[in-house]
Amino acid sequence: MSTRPAISRPIKGASGKTGSWRVFKPVVDKERCNACGICAMFCPDAAISEDLVVDLDFCKGCGICAHECPKKAISMEREEK
Amino acid sequence: MTEIPKEEFILKCTSACAGCPSTLILRYVLKAAGSDTVLVVPACCTSVIQGIYPNTAVNVPLYNVAFAAAAACASGMSEAFQKAGKKTNVIVYAGDGGTVDIGIQALSGAFERETDFLYICYDNEAYGNTGMQRSGSTPIGARTTTTPGGKVHAKKDLDAIVAAHNPSYLATACAAYPQDLFKKVQKALTLRGSKFIHVLAPCPPGWRFSSEMTVEMGKLAVRSGLWILYESEFGKVTINGPSKAAMIKPVPIEDYLSVQGRFKGIDRKAIDALKSQAEQRAKHLQKEAEGIC
Ligand SMILES: Cc1ncc(C[n+]2csc(CCOP(=O)(O)OP(=O)(O)O)c2C)c(N)n1
Ligand code: SF4
Ligand code: SF4
Ligand code: SF4
Ligand SMILES: [Mg+2]
Repeated sequence: MSTRPAISRPIKGASGKTGSWRVFKPVVDKERCNACGICAMFCPDAAISEDLVVDLDFCKGCGICAHECPKKAISMEREEK
Repeated sequence: MTEIPKEEFILKCTSACAGCPSTLILRYVLKAAGSDTVLVVPACCTSVIQGIYPNTAVNVPLYNVAFAAAAACASGMSEAFQKAGKKTNVIVYAGDGGTVDIGIQALSGAFERETDFLYICYDNEAYGNTGMQRSGSTPIGARTTTTPGGKVHAKKDLDAIVAAHNPSYLATACAAYPQDLFKKVQKALTLRGSKFIHVLAPCPPGWRFSSEMTVEMGKLAVRSGLWILYESEFGKVTINGPSKAAMIKPVPIEDYLSVQGRFKGIDRKAIDALKSQAEQRAKHLQKEAEGIC
Protein backbone atom coordinates (compact mmCIF):
# COMPACT_ATOMS: atom_id res chain seq x y z
CA MET A 1 0.00 0.00 0.00
CA SER A 2 1.38 3.38 -0.83
CA THR A 3 0.43 6.48 1.13
CA ARG A 4 1.09 10.07 0.26
CA PRO A 5 1.71 12.64 2.96
CA ALA A 6 -0.83 15.47 3.01
CA ILE A 7 1.23 18.57 2.29
CA SER A 8 -0.18 22.11 2.29
CA ARG A 9 1.52 24.96 0.41
CA PRO A 10 1.97 28.44 1.86
CA ILE A 11 -0.16 31.04 0.14
CA LYS A 12 -1.82 34.36 0.96
CA GLY A 13 -5.54 33.88 1.59
CA ALA A 14 -5.21 30.29 2.89
CA SER A 15 -8.20 30.93 5.13
CA GLY A 16 -10.21 33.02 2.69
CA LYS A 17 -10.97 36.71 3.12
CA THR A 18 -12.43 38.26 6.24
CA GLY A 19 -14.38 41.11 4.65
CA SER A 20 -17.52 39.01 4.24
CA TRP A 21 -18.01 38.36 7.95
CA ARG A 22 -16.21 41.21 9.74
CA VAL A 23 -18.63 43.27 11.86
CA PHE A 24 -16.47 46.31 12.75
CA LYS A 25 -13.58 47.79 10.79
CA PRO A 26 -10.76 50.01 12.03
CA VAL A 27 -10.68 53.54 10.62
CA VAL A 28 -7.50 55.58 11.21
CA ASP A 29 -7.70 59.32 11.83
CA LYS A 30 -4.51 60.50 10.10
CA GLU A 31 -4.65 63.84 11.95
CA ARG A 32 -4.29 62.17 15.32
CA CYS A 33 -1.87 59.40 14.30
CA ASN A 34 1.81 59.95 15.15
CA ALA A 35 3.00 56.89 13.20
CA CYS A 36 4.30 55.11 16.33
CA GLY A 37 3.48 51.68 14.84
CA ILE A 38 2.02 50.19 18.02
CA CYS A 39 -1.18 49.16 16.20
CA ALA A 40 0.81 47.23 13.59
CA MET A 41 2.95 45.60 16.26
CA PHE A 42 -0.06 44.14 18.08
CA CYS A 43 -2.21 43.10 15.11
CA PRO A 44 -2.27 39.28 15.43
CA ASP A 45 -2.62 38.77 11.69
CA ALA A 46 -0.21 41.51 10.56
CA ALA A 47 -3.05 43.18 8.65
CA ILE A 48 -1.54 46.66 9.15
CA SER A 49 1.28 47.49 6.74
CA GLU A 50 4.54 49.28 7.43
CA ASP A 51 3.02 52.54 6.16
CA LEU A 52 0.06 51.91 8.47
CA VAL A 53 -2.60 50.97 5.94
CA VAL A 54 -5.14 48.38 7.14
CA ASP A 55 -5.64 45.49 4.72
CA LEU A 56 -9.42 45.10 4.88
CA ASP A 57 -9.27 41.86 2.90
CA PHE A 58 -7.70 40.19 5.93
CA CYS A 59 -8.46 42.38 8.96
CA LYS A 60 -10.74 40.48 11.37
CA GLY A 61 -12.01 43.58 13.14
CA CYS A 62 -10.77 42.40 16.53
CA GLY A 63 -10.20 45.99 17.70
CA ILE A 64 -6.82 45.40 19.36
CA CYS A 65 -5.23 48.15 17.22
CA ALA A 66 -7.87 50.68 18.32
CA HIS A 67 -7.64 49.64 21.97
CA GLU A 68 -3.83 49.84 22.08
CA CYS A 69 -3.40 53.08 20.07
CA PRO A 70 -1.95 55.62 22.52
CA LYS A 71 -3.38 58.53 20.49
CA LYS A 72 -6.90 57.09 20.23
CA ALA A 73 -6.52 57.61 16.48
CA ILE A 74 -8.40 54.44 15.49
CA SER A 75 -12.15 54.01 15.75
CA MET A 76 -14.02 50.78 15.11
CA GLU A 77 -16.89 51.46 12.74
CA ARG A 78 -19.73 49.09 11.97
CA GLU A 79 -19.57 47.56 8.48
CA GLU A 80 -22.36 48.56 6.09
CA LYS A 81 -24.31 45.46 5.18
CA MET B 1 14.36 49.31 20.99
CA THR B 2 15.21 45.90 19.49
CA GLU B 3 15.19 45.88 15.71
CA ILE B 4 12.46 43.40 14.78
CA PRO B 5 12.58 42.13 11.18
CA LYS B 6 9.74 43.37 8.98
CA GLU B 7 9.38 40.01 7.24
CA GLU B 8 6.21 38.10 8.13
CA PHE B 9 6.13 34.30 8.14
CA ILE B 10 2.38 34.12 8.74
CA LEU B 11 0.70 35.01 5.48
CA LYS B 12 -2.54 36.96 5.74
CA CYS B 13 -4.44 35.49 7.34
CA THR B 14 -4.96 32.53 9.64
CA SER B 15 -8.38 31.07 10.41
CA ALA B 16 -7.93 31.90 14.10
CA CYS B 17 -10.57 33.79 16.07
CA ALA B 18 -10.38 37.59 15.99
CA GLY B 19 -7.91 38.75 18.63
CA CYS B 20 -6.13 35.36 18.82
CA PRO B 21 -3.07 35.40 21.10
CA SER B 22 -1.59 32.21 19.64
CA THR B 23 -1.33 33.86 16.23
CA LEU B 24 0.25 37.00 17.69
CA ILE B 25 2.80 34.93 19.62
CA LEU B 26 3.68 32.74 16.64
CA ARG B 27 4.17 35.86 14.49
CA TYR B 28 7.00 37.01 16.78
CA VAL B 29 8.42 33.53 17.35
CA LEU B 30 8.94 33.21 13.59
CA LYS B 31 10.32 36.74 13.20
CA ALA B 32 12.96 35.78 15.79
CA ALA B 33 13.66 32.33 14.35
CA GLY B 34 13.72 33.25 10.66
CA SER B 35 13.23 31.10 7.60
CA ASP B 36 15.66 28.28 8.48
CA THR B 37 13.19 26.83 10.95
CA VAL B 38 10.94 23.81 11.25
CA LEU B 39 7.91 23.94 13.52
CA VAL B 40 6.49 20.85 15.18
CA VAL B 41 2.86 21.32 16.22
CA PRO B 42 0.79 18.78 18.18
CA ALA B 43 -3.03 18.89 18.06
CA CYS B 44 -4.12 22.34 19.28
CA CYS B 45 -5.65 25.56 17.93
CA THR B 46 -2.46 26.09 15.93
CA SER B 47 -3.10 22.87 13.95
CA VAL B 48 -6.34 24.38 12.74
CA ILE B 49 -5.54 28.05 12.28
CA GLN B 50 -3.01 27.30 9.52
CA GLY B 51 -5.84 27.45 7.01
CA ILE B 52 -7.65 25.11 4.71
CA TYR B 53 -5.89 22.14 3.05
CA PRO B 54 -4.12 22.17 0.57
CA ASN B 55 -3.18 25.73 1.57
CA THR B 56 -1.45 27.06 4.68
CA ALA B 57 -0.81 30.52 6.10
CA VAL B 58 2.47 29.44 7.69
CA ASN B 59 5.46 30.12 5.48
CA VAL B 60 8.01 27.82 7.14
CA PRO B 61 7.97 24.02 7.11
CA LEU B 62 5.57 22.81 9.78
CA TYR B 63 4.97 19.24 10.87
CA ASN B 64 1.55 18.50 12.37
CA VAL B 65 2.02 15.62 14.74
CA ALA B 66 0.01 13.48 17.18
CA PHE B 67 -0.90 15.07 20.51
CA ALA B 68 1.55 13.23 22.77
CA ALA B 69 4.45 13.14 20.34
CA ALA B 70 5.72 16.69 19.70
CA ALA B 71 8.93 16.62 21.73
CA ALA B 72 9.76 13.07 20.60
CA CYS B 73 9.27 14.05 16.97
CA ALA B 74 11.41 17.15 17.46
CA SER B 75 14.14 14.99 19.02
CA GLY B 76 14.41 12.89 15.88
CA MET B 77 14.34 15.95 13.68
CA SER B 78 17.03 17.73 15.66
CA GLU B 79 19.25 14.64 15.54
CA ALA B 80 18.74 14.28 11.78
CA PHE B 81 19.62 17.94 11.11
CA GLN B 82 22.73 17.60 13.24
CA LYS B 83 23.85 14.48 11.35
CA ALA B 84 23.25 16.29 8.06
CA GLY B 85 25.39 19.20 9.30
CA LYS B 86 22.48 21.65 9.22
CA LYS B 87 21.78 24.38 11.74
CA THR B 88 18.01 24.50 11.14
CA ASN B 89 16.02 25.60 14.22
CA VAL B 90 13.67 22.93 15.52
CA ILE B 91 10.82 24.53 17.47
CA VAL B 92 7.87 22.80 19.10
CA TYR B 93 4.88 25.12 19.26
CA ALA B 94 2.31 23.48 21.52
CA GLY B 95 -0.73 24.35 23.60
CA ASP B 96 -0.96 23.92 27.35
CA GLY B 97 -3.01 20.71 27.13
CA GLY B 98 -0.44 19.23 24.75
CA THR B 99 2.33 20.26 27.16
CA VAL B 100 1.34 20.02 30.82
CA ASP B 101 -0.93 16.99 30.37
CA ILE B 102 -0.68 14.96 27.20
CA GLY B 103 2.84 15.72 25.94
CA ILE B 104 4.65 15.82 29.26
CA GLN B 105 6.42 12.47 29.05
CA ALA B 106 7.84 13.20 25.59
CA LEU B 107 8.86 16.67 26.82
CA SER B 108 10.60 15.16 29.85
CA GLY B 109 12.40 12.58 27.71
CA ALA B 110 13.67 15.16 25.24
CA PHE B 111 14.93 17.47 28.00
CA GLU B 112 16.60 14.56 29.79
CA ARG B 113 18.43 13.71 26.54
CA GLU B 114 19.41 17.41 26.18
CA THR B 115 17.90 17.44 22.72
CA ASP B 116 19.01 20.57 20.88
CA PHE B 117 15.64 22.29 20.34
CA LEU B 118 13.29 24.99 21.60
CA TYR B 119 9.97 24.01 23.15
CA ILE B 120 7.38 26.79 23.28
CA CYS B 121 4.14 26.29 25.18
CA TYR B 122 1.50 28.93 24.48
CA ASP B 123 -0.77 28.76 27.45
CA ASN B 124 -4.42 29.72 27.01
CA GLU B 125 -5.13 27.77 30.18
CA ALA B 126 -7.55 25.21 28.68
CA TYR B 127 -8.16 22.84 25.77
CA GLY B 128 -9.17 25.61 23.38
CA ASN B 129 -9.49 23.80 20.10
CA THR B 130 -12.10 21.35 21.38
CA GLY B 131 -14.22 23.92 23.21
CA MET B 132 -12.39 25.00 26.36
CA GLN B 133 -12.24 22.00 28.63
CA ARG B 134 -10.09 22.39 31.74
CA SER B 135 -6.44 21.42 31.49
CA GLY B 136 -3.78 20.98 34.15
CA SER B 137 -2.88 24.57 33.34
CA THR B 138 -6.31 26.06 34.08
CA PRO B 139 -6.07 28.25 37.19
CA ILE B 140 -8.12 27.60 40.30
CA GLY B 141 -11.56 29.24 40.19
CA ALA B 142 -11.77 29.46 36.39
CA ARG B 143 -14.94 28.24 34.71
CA THR B 144 -14.44 26.00 31.70
CA THR B 145 -16.92 23.74 29.93
CA THR B 146 -15.86 20.88 32.22
CA THR B 147 -15.58 23.01 35.37
CA PRO B 148 -18.81 25.00 35.17
CA GLY B 149 -18.65 25.89 38.86
CA GLY B 150 -14.99 26.99 38.69
CA LYS B 151 -11.91 24.74 38.78
CA VAL B 152 -11.19 23.25 42.19
CA HIS B 153 -7.51 22.43 41.67
CA ALA B 154 -4.55 24.75 41.26
CA LYS B 155 -2.66 25.39 38.03
CA LYS B 156 0.13 22.86 37.56
CA ASP B 157 3.59 24.39 38.01
CA LEU B 158 4.94 23.54 34.56
CA ASP B 159 8.01 25.76 34.89
CA ALA B 160 9.14 23.93 38.02
CA ILE B 161 8.76 20.59 36.23
CA VAL B 162 10.85 21.81 33.29
CA ALA B 163 13.39 23.49 35.60
CA ALA B 164 13.96 20.12 37.29
CA HIS B 165 15.54 18.98 34.02
CA ASN B 166 18.20 21.73 34.26
CA PRO B 167 17.58 23.10 30.75
CA SER B 168 20.09 25.52 29.23
CA TYR B 169 17.36 28.17 28.98
CA LEU B 170 13.93 28.60 30.51
CA ALA B 171 11.78 31.72 30.26
CA THR B 172 8.26 32.97 30.54
CA ALA B 173 6.74 35.49 28.14
CA CYS B 174 3.34 36.93 27.34
CA ALA B 175 1.43 37.82 24.18
CA ALA B 176 1.18 41.43 25.39
CA TYR B 177 4.99 41.88 25.34
CA PRO B 178 6.06 40.88 21.80
CA GLN B 179 9.47 42.58 22.00
CA ASP B 180 10.35 40.69 25.17
CA LEU B 181 9.16 37.45 23.53
CA PHE B 182 11.18 38.18 20.39
CA LYS B 183 14.38 38.72 22.41
CA LYS B 184 13.83 35.53 24.41
CA VAL B 185 13.29 33.38 21.33
CA GLN B 186 16.40 34.86 19.73
CA LYS B 187 18.48 34.23 22.82
CA ALA B 188 17.16 30.68 23.24
CA LEU B 189 18.11 29.83 19.68
CA THR B 190 21.74 30.91 20.22
CA LEU B 191 22.14 28.36 23.03
CA ARG B 192 22.72 24.63 22.62
CA GLY B 193 20.62 21.96 24.32
CA SER B 194 16.99 22.02 25.41
CA LYS B 195 15.32 25.41 25.71
CA PHE B 196 11.85 26.20 26.99
CA ILE B 197 9.61 29.28 26.77
CA HIS B 198 6.19 29.38 28.45
CA VAL B 199 4.01 32.11 26.94
CA LEU B 200 0.75 33.31 28.46
CA ALA B 201 -1.93 33.52 25.76
CA PRO B 202 -5.08 35.41 26.84
CA CYS B 203 -7.80 33.86 24.67
CA PRO B 204 -10.97 35.93 24.05
CA PRO B 205 -13.55 33.13 23.59
CA GLY B 206 -11.93 30.85 26.17
CA TRP B 207 -11.50 33.42 28.91
CA ARG B 208 -14.71 35.17 27.91
CA PHE B 209 -13.61 38.72 27.20
CA SER B 210 -14.08 40.76 24.06
CA SER B 211 -11.48 40.48 21.32
CA GLU B 212 -9.92 43.97 21.59
CA MET B 213 -8.79 43.14 25.16
CA THR B 214 -6.23 40.40 24.37
CA VAL B 215 -3.17 42.62 24.89
CA GLU B 216 -4.73 44.49 27.82
CA MET B 217 -5.47 41.15 29.52
CA GLY B 218 -1.85 40.05 29.14
CA LYS B 219 -0.65 43.32 30.65
CA LEU B 220 -3.06 42.92 33.58
CA ALA B 221 -1.81 39.37 34.19
CA VAL B 222 1.74 40.68 34.48
CA ARG B 223 0.92 43.88 36.39
CA SER B 224 -1.13 41.95 38.96
CA GLY B 225 1.76 39.54 39.51
CA LEU B 226 -0.28 36.49 38.49
CA TRP B 227 2.08 36.00 35.54
CA ILE B 228 5.75 36.72 36.19
CA LEU B 229 8.13 37.49 33.33
CA TYR B 230 11.55 36.00 34.01
CA GLU B 231 14.30 34.01 32.37
CA SER B 232 16.80 31.47 33.60
CA GLU B 233 20.01 30.98 31.65
CA PHE B 234 21.88 27.86 32.81
CA GLY B 235 20.01 28.22 36.12
CA LYS B 236 20.75 31.94 36.64
CA VAL B 237 17.41 33.67 37.16
CA THR B 238 16.62 37.24 36.05
CA ILE B 239 13.24 38.84 36.66
CA ASN B 240 12.32 41.07 33.70
CA GLY B 241 11.40 44.77 33.93
CA PRO B 242 7.58 44.68 33.86
CA SER B 243 7.47 42.04 36.59
CA LYS B 244 10.05 43.83 38.73
CA ALA B 245 7.76 46.86 38.60
CA ALA B 246 4.74 44.69 39.45
CA MET B 247 6.56 43.26 42.50
CA ILE B 248 7.00 46.79 43.86
CA LYS B 249 3.56 48.12 42.99
CA PRO B 250 1.09 45.48 41.72
CA VAL B 251 -2.41 46.22 40.48
CA PRO B 252 -5.06 44.31 42.49
CA ILE B 253 -5.63 40.74 41.26
CA GLU B 254 -9.34 41.57 41.20
CA ASP B 255 -8.70 44.03 38.33
CA TYR B 256 -7.54 41.06 36.25
CA LEU B 257 -10.24 38.62 37.36
CA SER B 258 -13.26 40.91 37.11
CA VAL B 259 -12.82 41.58 33.38
CA GLN B 260 -13.00 37.88 32.46
CA GLY B 261 -16.22 35.92 32.18
CA ARG B 262 -14.47 32.70 33.24
CA PHE B 263 -13.96 34.12 36.75
CA LYS B 264 -17.55 35.32 37.15
CA GLY B 265 -18.80 34.43 40.63
CA ILE B 266 -15.36 33.23 41.82
CA ASP B 267 -15.39 32.79 45.60
CA ARG B 268 -13.10 34.40 48.17
CA LYS B 269 -11.28 31.13 48.87
CA ALA B 270 -10.22 30.72 45.24
CA ILE B 271 -9.13 34.39 45.00
CA ASP B 272 -7.04 33.97 48.16
CA ALA B 273 -5.50 30.78 46.74
CA LEU B 274 -4.57 32.63 43.53
CA LYS B 275 -3.07 35.46 45.55
CA SER B 276 -1.00 33.25 47.81
CA GLN B 277 0.26 31.19 44.85
CA ALA B 278 1.34 34.39 43.11
CA GLU B 279 3.06 35.71 46.24
CA GLN B 280 4.89 32.45 46.88
CA ARG B 281 6.04 32.31 43.31
CA ALA B 282 7.31 35.88 43.40
CA LYS B 283 9.18 35.26 46.66
CA HIS B 284 10.77 32.10 45.32
CA LEU B 285 11.87 33.79 42.08
CA GLN B 286 13.24 36.81 43.95
CA LYS B 287 15.33 34.50 46.12
CA GLU B 288 16.58 32.64 43.06
CA ALA B 289 17.42 35.92 41.33
CA GLU B 290 19.42 36.99 44.38
CA GLY B 291 21.19 33.63 44.36
CA ILE B 292 19.84 32.59 47.79
CA CYS B 293 18.38 29.24 46.70
C1 LIG C 1 -4.89 11.80 21.49
C2 LIG C 1 -5.85 12.90 21.19
N1 LIG C 1 -6.80 13.22 22.12
C3 LIG C 1 -7.65 14.24 21.88
C4 LIG C 1 -7.58 14.98 20.72
C5 LIG C 1 -8.55 16.11 20.48
N2 LIG C 1 -7.94 17.41 20.64
C6 LIG C 1 -7.43 18.10 19.59
S1 LIG C 1 -6.84 19.61 19.99
C7 LIG C 1 -7.32 19.42 21.59
C8 LIG C 1 -7.12 20.53 22.59
C9 LIG C 1 -5.73 21.03 22.69
O1 LIG C 1 -5.57 21.87 23.79
P1 LIG C 1 -4.23 22.66 24.00
O2 LIG C 1 -3.07 21.77 23.88
O3 LIG C 1 -4.35 23.44 25.25
O4 LIG C 1 -4.19 23.67 22.74
P2 LIG C 1 -5.27 24.79 22.35
O5 LIG C 1 -6.33 24.09 21.55
O6 LIG C 1 -5.80 25.38 23.60
O7 LIG C 1 -4.51 25.76 21.51
C10 LIG C 1 -7.90 18.15 21.81
C11 LIG C 1 -8.44 17.68 23.07
C12 LIG C 1 -6.59 14.61 19.78
N3 LIG C 1 -6.43 15.28 18.63
N4 LIG C 1 -5.75 13.58 20.03
S1 SF4 D 1 -1.04 53.15 17.23
FE1 SF4 D 1 -2.28 54.95 16.74
S2 SF4 D 1 -0.82 56.63 16.71
FE2 SF4 D 1 0.39 54.75 16.59
S3 SF4 D 1 0.62 54.38 14.39
FE3 SF4 D 1 -1.20 53.26 15.00
S4 SF4 D 1 -2.89 54.67 14.63
FE4 SF4 D 1 -1.02 55.89 14.61
S1 SF4 E 1 -8.97 45.22 13.96
FE1 SF4 E 1 -7.61 43.54 14.62
S2 SF4 E 1 -7.21 42.41 12.70
FE2 SF4 E 1 -8.00 44.43 12.10
S3 SF4 E 1 -6.16 45.67 11.82
FE3 SF4 E 1 -6.86 46.02 13.93
S4 SF4 E 1 -5.67 44.57 15.13
FE4 SF4 E 1 -5.53 43.89 12.98
S1 SF4 F 1 -9.72 29.64 20.86
FE1 SF4 F 1 -8.26 31.19 21.59
S2 SF4 F 1 -6.21 30.38 21.10
FE2 SF4 F 1 -7.72 29.19 19.91
S3 SF4 F 1 -7.83 30.22 17.90
FE3 SF4 F 1 -9.45 31.12 19.19
S4 SF4 F 1 -8.49 32.90 20.19
FE4 SF4 F 1 -6.83 31.62 19.35
MG1 LIG G 1 -4.80 25.45 25.45
